[in-house]
Amino acid sequence: MIEVKDVYFTYPNNVEALKGVSLTIRSGDFIAIMGQNGAGKTTLVKHFNGLLKPTKGTVVVDGVATREESIAKLSRKVGFVFQNPDNQLFCETVENEVAFALRNFGFEKKVIQKRVEWAINLLGLTRYRQTSPFMLSGGERKRVALASVLAWNPDVVILDEPTIGQDYLQKEKLRQFIVQLNAQGKTVIIVTHDVEFVAECNPHVVLMAQGKIVGEGDAKQILTDRKLVTEASIVPPQISQIFMELADFGLPTDVIDVYEARDILLEFLESGS
Amino acid sequence: MAIQVTGETLVIIETSNLTYTYPGGTEPSLVDVSLTIEKGEFVILTGPSGCGKTTLCRCLNGLIPHFYSGKLEGDITVAGLKVSEHSIYELARHVGLVFQNPENQLFALSVEKDVAFGLENLGLPREHMRRRVDWALQMTGIQDLRERAPHELSGGQQQRVAIASVLAMKPDVMVLDEPTSFLDPLGAQKIFEVIGDLNKKLGITVILVEHRLDLASRYANHVIVIDKGKVVLDGKPLDVFGSERARLIGVGIPKATRLYQVLRESGVHLNKVPVNSQEASLLLQEVLTYDRG
Repeated sequence: MIEVKDVYFTYPNNVEALKGVSLTIRSGDFIAIMGQNGAGKTTLVKHFNGLLKPTKGTVVVDGVATREESIAKLSRKVGFVFQNPDNQLFCETVENEVAFALRNFGFEKKVIQKRVEWAINLLGLTRYRQTSPFMLSGGERKRVALASVLAWNPDVVILDEPTIGQDYLQKEKLRQFIVQLNAQGKTVIIVTHDVEFVAECNPHVVLMAQGKIVGEGDAKQILTDRKLVTEASIVPPQISQIFMELADFGLPTDVIDVYEARDILLEFLESGS
Repeated sequence: MAIQVTGETLVIIETSNLTYTYPGGTEPSLVDVSLTIEKGEFVILTGPSGCGKTTLCRCLNGLIPHFYSGKLEGDITVAGLKVSEHSIYELARHVGLVFQNPENQLFALSVEKDVAFGLENLGLPREHMRRRVDWALQMTGIQDLRERAPHELSGGQQQRVAIASVLAMKPDVMVLDEPTSFLDPLGAQKIFEVIGDLNKKLGITVILVEHRLDLASRYANHVIVIDKGKVVLDGKPLDVFGSERARLIGVGIPKATRLYQVLRESGVHLNKVPVNSQEASLLLQEVLTYDRG
């Protein structure tokens, strides 16, 4: 679906944000791109819908190099939900916001109506149809931004820091929602430094540091690799931190889930007594 | 928990039966809130989005009722001042507010000027002001950024500038409304360390609104949970996080505490409720060692 081949990217102010990144994303993948602020995560995903074009190397989306394609065409396939919804929202009602891109893409009126209806329902925004997005709370605005992207049914959905400012229940809803999207065959890419969220979602993790990919694999494998998390300046999930301290007892150190942790401890205690 | 002064504790914030409805609101955003916060405490204020946390913060520095009108009932006293009877300007000398997004707070062309801004408004003499700015920059570890433009700094650096500019006013109470939500975990940890230091070394009372309890809880000695405008839990971190109610409300209980809970459900009791991973691993080591022996 998306093929990143040895990509370098330098911003106009000469900051080299990507230094030789290669990555293959298959259709239906669920990927979390992690790393410290400034590691190059957002710069990388902005290449997926052509917002940025590589300084060197190529990015191929669905068989076409992004350099040869317009952002408008790429966005049909790859929807991008920004970190800060305020950078994305501008219409006077939620309904118009969700319809905006659809109108731009030239969908028929009837189709637009249907899709808006669908997306607004999906994200539980029905009662805010006629409300200005700016009257809504931060969490709600994020949902409007997500609805406006899902409305045009892109194959790939990129969510930049989706858990920021969300409370625990909203995070849980978001997690279920992402899992559901993915189950429907969408490719989902989240950019995040919320390790506990990743520990609960269990996606394929791509770990970045200083413009490079430093590790790739299961969430469990990456987040419990002491050397890797140190290199990427990530604080490991609490459960993983706890089990690193218990290694002397011969317990496994690659644990990130609370329930798995409980089962391992119970088994150890039973076998001992 | 509280600082003892000549044998008695000093109450710095007290609310009694505080109920507030925003103008045009049909339901109150705060309902019958009665709280006592003692001088020198590090308080975490948490609860689901839209529960009234930010509204309560606005009551502490007088934005409610002086800026937001609406209907306010009950009493609130901060640093000995009845909030309803003193202006925002007076209250600002005692209560400093740090926002979620530092970009909303910073505007000057250099860090130094941003930190000095509040002091200029107080009309302090120039030399005095300079000393205060130096001190605030040093306490927050950003002396080297003095000449830089705030908008060129990283999110974590910007948030430290915002904290320094509030600190320069030497407030008794610092209220921080989700100050780390735009930061990565390491950046967040650094901010919590700075705040923890201000609390410990200077005795500033801290009220931290936060969802990310995994990182913040180790600094706190008092946790207040609000749900639907009401105070539903109020006590020490281990009592609050260990309660079933906190989990049901959807408070993001630290995973270390969660592990304690699921173990307890299976009949394994740790000696104490851990609120961070260090505590949890020590407690587990005890249990596992005992079991082995």
